Amino acid sequence: MDHVVVVGASLAGVNAIEGLRDRGFTGEITLVGAERHLPYDRPPLSKEALSGGLDGERLALRPPQWYEEQGVTLRLGEPARALEPGPKRLWLDSGGQLDFDGLVVATGSSVRRFAHRLCGDPARLCQLRTLDDAQRLGDQLEPGRRLVVLGAGFIGLEVAATARTLGLDVTVIDVAASPLARVLGEAGAWFTDLHTTHGVDIRCGTSVDSIDPRSGGGVVVRSPGRATLEADLFLESVGAAPAVDWLSGSGLVLEDGVVCGSDLRTSHPDIVAAGDVARWHNDLFGESMRVEHWTNAVEQGRHAAGTLLGERESYRSIPYFWTDQFSAKARFVGRADAADDIVVERGEDSAVILFGRDGRLRGALCINAPRRLARCRIAIRDGMSWTEAAADLATCA
Amino acid sequence: MAIIVKFDPSKCQGYANCLIEAPEIWDFDEDDDVALLLQEVVPESLRAKAEASARGCPAHAIAVENQSDA
Ligand SMILES: Cc1cc2nc3c(=O)[nH]c(=O)nc-3n(C[C@H](O)[C@H](O)[C@H](O)COP(=O)(O)OP(=O)(O)OC[C@H]3O[C@@H](n4cnc5c(N)ncnc54)[C@H](O)[C@@H]3O)c2cc1C
Ligand code: SF4
Repeated sequence: MDHVVVVGASLAGVNAIEGLRDRGFTGEITLVGAERHLPYDRPPLSKEALSGGLDGERLALRPPQWYEEQGVTLRLGEPARALEPGPKRLWLDSGGQLDFDGLVVATGSSVRRFAHRLCGDPARLCQLRTLDDAQRLGDQLEPGRRLVVLGAGFIGLEVAATARTLGLDVTVIDVAASPLARVLGEAGAWFTDLHTTHGVDIRCGTSVDSIDPRSGGGVVVRSPGRATLEADLFLESVGAAPAVDWLSGSGLVLEDGVVCGSDLRTSHPDIVAAGDVARWHNDLFGESMRVEHWTNAVEQGRHAAGTLLGERESYRSIPYFWTDQFSAKARFVGRADAADDIVVERGEDSAVILFGRDGRLRGALCINAPRRLARCRIAIRDGMSWTEAAADLATCA
Repeated sequence: MAIIVKFDPSKCQGYANCLIEAPEIWDFDEDDDVALLLQEVVPESLRAKAEASARGCPAHAIAVENQSDA
């Protein structure tokens, strides 16, 4: 293998490069990215960086000289347009082409769009996925302004908390019965209380019918059966979708992401995938999953590099993510979907919520309780029974 | 060869990712919201875990070195 092309210049891509070099790969590496920026870190974009000013140097995943030291040719600001697996050729939007021996698909996810269809002037709506998005949103977060967030997912709630802390008047709208319902089910109600206490207006179980531009700037938002809301700023945050458009017609098997085996190899032997875009078989849970979490992108990037170089190991992991909202540091390990057992234990400013299925502990949400989190992860890995877990782990100090 | 874990508490932002990756090496101060390094010199058998905790730290507060090149 002489030339590896990594498509997607972000977390999974950078870690794939590191994984290749750490394993002694000395061939050529080209990093292709749609954004013109050097790879940067996304989690701060909805948290401290959004309020504290976006400092490119602090957000950078690696210092600028790292790419040269690692012998990486950068093709930034040049989205990949099409892939021809047969001749192993990648076409760029710019018209250029790259021939490769091995390819890493690491194009992550892009924001889902819903509200722009409802708005006569979609340019007034904000979204948040990239540094440029954060720049635009951050510039407009001024105390006293009114922000409406559509979608009570992690990013929507984090922005709501950041904006509220800055002194904006914030409303969050979500069609589900409680925030974070997709991941946490009913247990997401904990976040309603958190936000309400801090003065955020959380409106669940409703949606948006129309978003009309206001003459003086901003928009008027109408929800079914509800009073209208005037907003200076509107953030659409209804989730993300795997960025696979460029792979349509490539013949790679796609199904809510790039379908991979347990070792992160795609349906083509010399193409692997990693990060938000990869749907792989996680042997630890015995199911296929796709995970939009930071740690997953780091570890999959490294693992996929090994697979590309001929290693055959399965990528087995317990998904993990964190979210910071107001004073709550919430960390989640495992899976909460289709839980048939849930226990909620609330302490003074902490909480532990355990999720079980088929008599075993599968997931845990720990708020301001990092030590318990570590114990839960071990318990999930070891397949602790639900009865033992519920008796042992939930107690909040 | 043993390895050395270098931890910069001033960079730590309390994500607890390190503790998740390697509970043998890390503990956590829940009052101050900062990680605690339990052992700075770590045996070879814990290398993979030590490295995973360094990679997993979003704040770049952890570095791992070989004892001989330190
Ligand atoms: C605002 C925000 C806050 C977050 N907070 C947290 C958090 O607190 N905790 C947590 O665990 N996770 C968090 N995440 C999720 C985490 O950042 C992602 O899981 C991680 O970035 C995934 O990395 P990735 O490399 O797979 O994909 P991405 O980071 O999405 O990167 C993919 C890259 O590929 C590029 N690309 C797309 N299409 C093409 C193409 N055709 N050609 C070339 N390049 C292309 C994109 O421009 C992008 O730069 C957050 C995400 C966001 C957006
Ligand atoms: S992962 Fe890093 S930031 Fe988080 S607690 Fe550990 S050292 Fe601190």
